[in-house]
Amino acid sequence: MTHRIDFQTDPSRYRHWRVEYEGEIANLYMDVDEQGGLFPGYELKLNSYDLGVDIELADVVQRMRFEHPEVKVVVMQSAKDRVFCAGANIRMLGGASHAHKVNFCKFTNETRNTFEAAEADSGQKYIAAVKGACAGGGYELALACNYIMLTNDSSSSVALPEVPLLAVLPGTGGLTRVTDKRKVRRDLADVFCSVEEGVKGQRAVDWRLVDEIAPNSKFDEVVQERAREFAAASAKPTGLTGIELTPLDRRFDEDGSVTYSTVEVAIDRAGGRATLTITGPSDPAPASVAELQEQGAQAWILRAARELDDAILHLRLNERQIGTLVFKTQGDPTAVLAHESLLLANRDNWLANEILHYWKRVLKRVDMTSRSLVAIVEHGSCFAGPLAELLWAVDRSYMMLDEFEGDNRPLATVTLSEGNFGPYPMGNDLTRLQTRFLGTPETVDTLRGHVGEALEASEAEQLGLVTYAYDDIDWEDEVRIFLEERASFSPDAMTGMEANLRFAGPETMETRIFGRLTAWQNWIFQRPNAVGPDGALQRYGTGVRGDYNMERV
Amino acid sequence: MLDLINVSYDTQIPNNVGLSQDKKVLKALEKWHPGYINWWNDLIPQNFQQSMVYLRTAVSVDPKGWAKFDYVKMPEYRWGVLLAPQVENRTIPCGEHYGQPAWQEVPGEYRNLLKRLIVIQGDTEPASVEQQRLLALTAPSLYDMRNLFQVNVEEGRHLWAMVYLLHKYFGRDGREEADDLLRRQSGSEEAPRMLGAFNEETPDWLSFFMFTYFTDRDGKMQLESLAQSGFDPLSRTCRFMLTEEAHHMFVGETGVGRTIERTCQVMKENGIDDPFDVDRIRGLGVIDLPLIQKKLNLHYTLSLDLFGQEVSTNAANAFNAGIKGRYMEARITDDHQLQSDTYVVWDLVDGKAVQKEVPALTAINMRLRDDYTKDAAGGVGRWNKIIEKYGIDFEFKLPHEAFHRKIGVFANLPFDPEGKVVTGAEYDKGLPEWLPTHADGDYIQSLMKPCYEAGQYARWIAPPKVGIDNKPGDFEYVKLHMA
Ligand SMILES: [Fe+2]
Ligand SMILES: [Fe+2]
Repeated sequence: MTHRIDFQTDPSRYRHWRVEYEGEIANLYMDVDEQGGLFPGYELKLNSYDLGVDIELADVVQRMRFEHPEVKVVVMQSAKDRVFCAGANIRMLGGASHAHKVNFCKFTNETRNTFEAAEADSGQKYIAAVKGACAGGGYELALACNYIMLTNDSSSSVALPEVPLLAVLPGTGGLTRVTDKRKVRRDLADVFCSVEEGVKGQRAVDWRLVDEIAPNSKFDEVVQERAREFAAASAKPTGLTGIELTPLDRRFDEDGSVTYSTVEVAIDRAGGRATLTITGPSDPAPASVAELQEQGAQAWILRAARELDDAILHLRLNERQIGTLVFKTQGDPTAVLAHESLLLANRDNWLANEILHYWKRVLKRVDMTSRSLVAIVEHGSCFAGPLAELLWAVDRSYMMLDEFEGDNRPLATVTLSEGNFGPYPMGNDLTRLQTRFLGTPETVDTLRGHVGEALEASEAEQLGLVTYAYDDIDWEDEVRIFLEERASFSPDAMTGMEANLRFAGPETMETRIFGRLTAWQNWIFQRPNAVGPDGALQRYGTGVRGDYNMERV
Repeated sequence: MLDLINVSYDTQIPNNVGLSQDKKVLKALEKWHPGYINWWNDLIPQNFQQSMVYLRTAVSVDPKGWAKFDYVKMPEYRWGVLLAPQVENRTIPCGEHYGQPAWQEVPGEYRNLLKRLIVIQGDTEPASVEQQRLLALTAPSLYDMRNLFQVNVEEGRHLWAMVYLLHKYFGRDGREEADDLLRRQSGSEEAPRMLGAFNEETPDWLSFFMFTYFTDRDGKMQLESLAQSGFDPLSRTCRFMLTEEAHHMFVGETGVGRTIERTCQVMKENGIDDPFDVDRIRGLGVIDLPLIQKKLNLHYTLSLDLFGQEVSTNAANAFNAGIKGRYMEARITDDHQLQSDTYVVWDLVDGKAVQKEVPALTAINMRLRDDYTKDAAGGVGRWNKIIEKYGIDFEFKLPHEAFHRKIGVFANLPFDPEGKVVTGAEYDKGLPEWLPTHADGDYIQSLMKPCYEAGQYARWIAPPKVGIDNKPGDFEYVKLHMA
């Protein structure tokens, strides 16, 4: 492997961000190290970012929640003079492969969604305090905050200059948040997205692009005052103590396999697939939230989520030839349910709440992974509660039916929990079961009646919880043929088909970002007008404009 | 007092753009004008506003009209809108539209780019007036005070010139930008001027002379490159502004020159040969040459920063679009498109300053800066001639481009004025010899005593060789209003 992108970091290794914790308020400073690019060939000038910068941000946001639950307000700001953030680094984009751009875009979108949701999920409200130029991805960072303040110095502005400048879209949620979140009138949004220099001062408020402007001389003061007000108004309990997100127990092997404490990734290069096996808890569930807090990052249910999250990200970025991800589990389903039920019974406890929300995000990450996803429900598996969600996140599932010769593991079962009826919604705001049974909502009610039952294959298949149940005679061939067939299809058509089938039901801002904005962006990222040798992205910085083919497609 | 209700835009505002016929611009100017007058009135202390100043006013662009001298109260100065005469069949001098007819209207695709350039240029004009607003209180002579005011009113007129373009060609956005030009203030915490050097104080007259020599020369170079614009009205505006800008640099060059002259004179009169005998020289109430060198280092390097990054996308875009050319574009013999040329710029490799070739388009800023440096070296040579005349062993030098920079590859790195990397300790040690210290500032400040008597000059500066408009030595350039 050439250069493995690692999604694990910690504050001692940050090069681009810095956090100052002051009780309930955290001041988060973006201070991108120009020389700190993830790849050679570009400098991260003017607080522009690449994937490496975003990996740190994602880490900041995650630790903010788990290690600093005392924080109620996060003020995102720039440590640089006269620039908030200039957005994604153009030279990095110009030099990156299409696949890298798409993955970069997806990860940054997920990170934006994560801190945007921090207010509702965790009582951590993000304020963007914008001083200086705030353009493109810079404004998209601000847009994902819950409150935007702009200094009124008659030159600081917010802008989405992608279209006029680069012939691409503000694709990290920009266009969508302008209309769906900020609810900017569409014609004004059209103006805003076509002018390079953006909008400043009072007009930025009038157009709903920011929430508040403040005089430059008092800006920092007003920002801190607002932060204190928000902290005071927060319903979140005071004085919580966090847990430490200790480094993952993780080992990479020569053959590409990755071994975590409870997740294992095996790579079959010839078959183009990776098998992720999640092992259920070996210890009993913590008896109380106090014990959970004491176990901290070692608690199985948090550990499993972190490891699965890291494995998915690793596969997305570093194993791009692997077209199919196979999910398996092994363990005791009742133990999984016991660990989950402690969380469900204590949702008012900050840590239980955080872990549930984290599972929600990890499962969304699975939904959003553009690989063929399949679950293999073998004997001895523990698809229960949060792990059962994987069955409905994947494109197809296969379950072992009846006893297999020479296999003395417990019969394969699927076990539903209350967790499958609310806490882990998809991006469309429906549960996976609601989405799965969109045409027969009553099925979801029926299923709720089966909570806690270990459903064996024929019943699971009959209830629609798995795609196919096969017995010993058919199993091997059916699974093999499916996987081989899958590996033979065009990966583009697969990605497109799967992405369309996965997200039935209503649109939300999130589905619109991933389904509409990103899809358009990815199309544009393939077009010569943007990325051809004479396209705007390639020519950016040379002074020569993009040479556009004016045909409308 | 100017009658703001009934401004006659053809008589009170000298112009060659048919202002009184131009409904759209008139309406915009009527709204903007009072704000401008307020800005001016609040700026310079009142007793100077009420004084009669012997000023040059441009009333037309022909050789007879562009320099009319008379006494005028500054608030009643006739700030005009004057464009150099249209050159027939002018074509776009550079970039991808090279050779096409020059634009008489703003091309839609470059509207924002053009507007930004005009706003940045426009922002510097009033900024320098703001920086210099209190200098008259310590003027070394009425002659110098008059020169200061001349520079000030002309910077005011340059603002008018940019505002006219904004009003005429940029619609509502242009009007808002014009208002913001009055809203930003040099050094303001609330809304500072756009470029760093224009938010620094001009605390004394030597700073003023250095500023007009070095920083106005950046302005000159910017105007020179905008004078090459394919957008004809901008080109014509800037060409006319250049005629005035030349006077500002004259004020700077002669101001520094007269300071040097006086120092040399006094040294000779007192038998001092060593220019570094600072204490004795200062004891005689003149400014020692090493200190002048330090001021030169400061102002030159601040001005280099105004040219921006060594490799610049914006500059490349502007050149390729035909919006901004190079210095003397028409005299350059190449294809004026530069799509496959290279240019040598400074870069930093392993902590050392090295020169490397980059695509010429992206190095437009650097090329202009190199032209600037050559241009600035001329006056420095003439200053050295003065010293030579007195037989004093001292030579002024422009410091290396890497020294004392805040922008570009050398920003905030410990280079000495020779362009050599030094250690932090060496840098700290060298700094008091390279840049003015606070004590130096105190000393200069101690010399800043007004000298308001006609024909008299403060001790630290020599009288000029010839008067303005050929007036005699005791001419009363400013009739001070004594309230
Ligand atoms: Fe000027
Ligand atoms: Fe000037």
